[in-house]
Amino acid sequence: MTSELARRDWMSLLAKAPAQTLQSLWQATGLDPEFSWLRSPEIGATMVRGRMGGTGAPFNLGEMTVTRCSLQLTSGEVGHAYIQGRDKAKARIAAIIDALMQGPQGENLRATLIARLEAEMLAAKSKRAAKAAATKVDFFTMVRGEDQ
Amino acid sequence: MYVAVKGGERAIDNAHAWLAEERRGDPSVDELSVAQICEQLSLAVNRVMAEGSLYDPDLAALAIKQARGDMIEAIFLIRAYRTTLPRFGYSSPVETANMACDRRISATFKDAPGGQVLGPTFDYTHRLLDFALAAEGDTPEAAEGIARHEPTPHITEFLNQEGLIQTEEDTDKTPGDLTREPLELPANRALRLQSLSRGDEGFVLGMAYSTQRGYARNHAFVGELRIGKVDVEMEIPELGFSIDIGEIELTECETVNQFTGSKTEPPQFTRGYGLVFGQSERKSISMALVDRALRWKELGEDNLGAPAQDEEFVLYHSDNIQATGFLEHIKLPHYVDFQSELELIRKLRREAMGEMKEAAE
Repeated sequence: MTSELARRDWMSLLAKAPAQTLQSLWQATGLDPEFSWLRSPEIGATMVRGRMGGTGAPFNLGEMTVTRCSLQLTSGEVGHAYIQGRDKAKARIAAIIDALMQGPQGENLRATLIARLEAEMLAAKSKRAAKAAATKVDFFTMVRGEDQ
Repeated sequence: MYVAVKGGERAIDNAHAWLAEERRGDPSVDELSVAQICEQLSLAVNRVMAEGSLYDPDLAALAIKQARGDMIEAIFLIRAYRTTLPRFGYSSPVETANMACDRRISATFKDAPGGQVLGPTFDYTHRLLDFALAAEGDTPEAAEGIARHEPTPHITEFLNQEGLIQTEEDTDKTPGDLTREPLELPANRALRLQSLSRGDEGFVLGMAYSTQRGYARNHAFVGELRIGKVDVEMEIPELGFSIDIGEIELTECETVNQFTGSKTEPPQFTRGYGLVFGQSERKSISMALVDRALRWKELGEDNLGAPAQDEEFVLYHSDNIQATGFLEHIKLPHYVDFQSELELIRKLRREAMGEMKEAAE
């Protein structure tokens, strides 16, 4: 059995994954398991909350679009997806992967799909952080008259 | 007598067909794609998301295309769309302290941990038109430094450690939601922040500027301004635990304001807060200034009668969709209303003319 913590991690990763990257990695696995919908993909919204002053009490900031679905593999595992945006195809793939990750193919998928997805997303994030770092100001003090 | 008037269907259909043609413009010029708007007019997309109060860049870009670049019309389209969406739930409050910052500056502390990171800013450009952009060409890739992965701490927390700034109290209280119940006054700070975050940028900017010019004296420093991505976490009811359902770009501004103390508070710095979808720096700073001005009551300050201190004035006039709806309705047919006004003015004139005639006799 996989722990709740690990499931939280892969579900979060799948939700944030760029749709195209996820789709190409999924296709590369060659998997296409049979399943039945428990809840077919549905588009809705989540109200995003912030904190007053960044650290204080919550307030409602505004909504974001979300797509969700639930399905059950013929082998029995139930997969859920809650992903940002309006992409039913991506939600379907994410829910299938969530279900497969709980079964015997989980270990294999972790290496062929989850780890690669994580690496690609980390690389993109690092590249942005590197560009930000290049715009960090280095202060220097001008020599003033009284120092001479 | 009430006379129903019908008609104009053909004129309306033809007007909309012409609108579609004008939207497309000269067909010999390439059509703009939604992806192009999303990628290359991203600050317009951000504004439509912020004031439409729905984070979805593709939808905002589509709205801009459909509205021919009319921002308020685009925001209207997004507001109308969002009402059709079922609500899946509320996120946990986003933790901006963990933001992956593209930009992070402070006007108060030069040597803040994490540094002054300029990011992709218009600041320090010369505001000269760049005619090179009129020609197509490759953009050179931006320079890269050594990426930081550790979180960037909030600058106001350093002041807080010394007790020099008012603490933001965390509570478990469920904040009110403008999209569920209509705004009632007096509003609390949570409702004010929700309202300001989706308020019209021009209006909020004007209100903020008025506080700088002396209407409600509160001299603000930008303690910190940060732009970047944060994770959005929500508890999934089917699972009973939380996951990240996505990540969004936000602009956060914390102002630090001088405060000499009041009947209830010791002398300390106080805060204004701005948090807006996307890269929306001007809006975020404006929001923080107006938030601070509206806090006069809870801080025990005097009401100076300034517009920016007037909660009703600010909150009831900041929403550009409400404003434009009421404003623009007066151009729609009012023939019957106007007919009665005509009758009235004719009657008054007849009476006045009669009196003048009598006086002359």
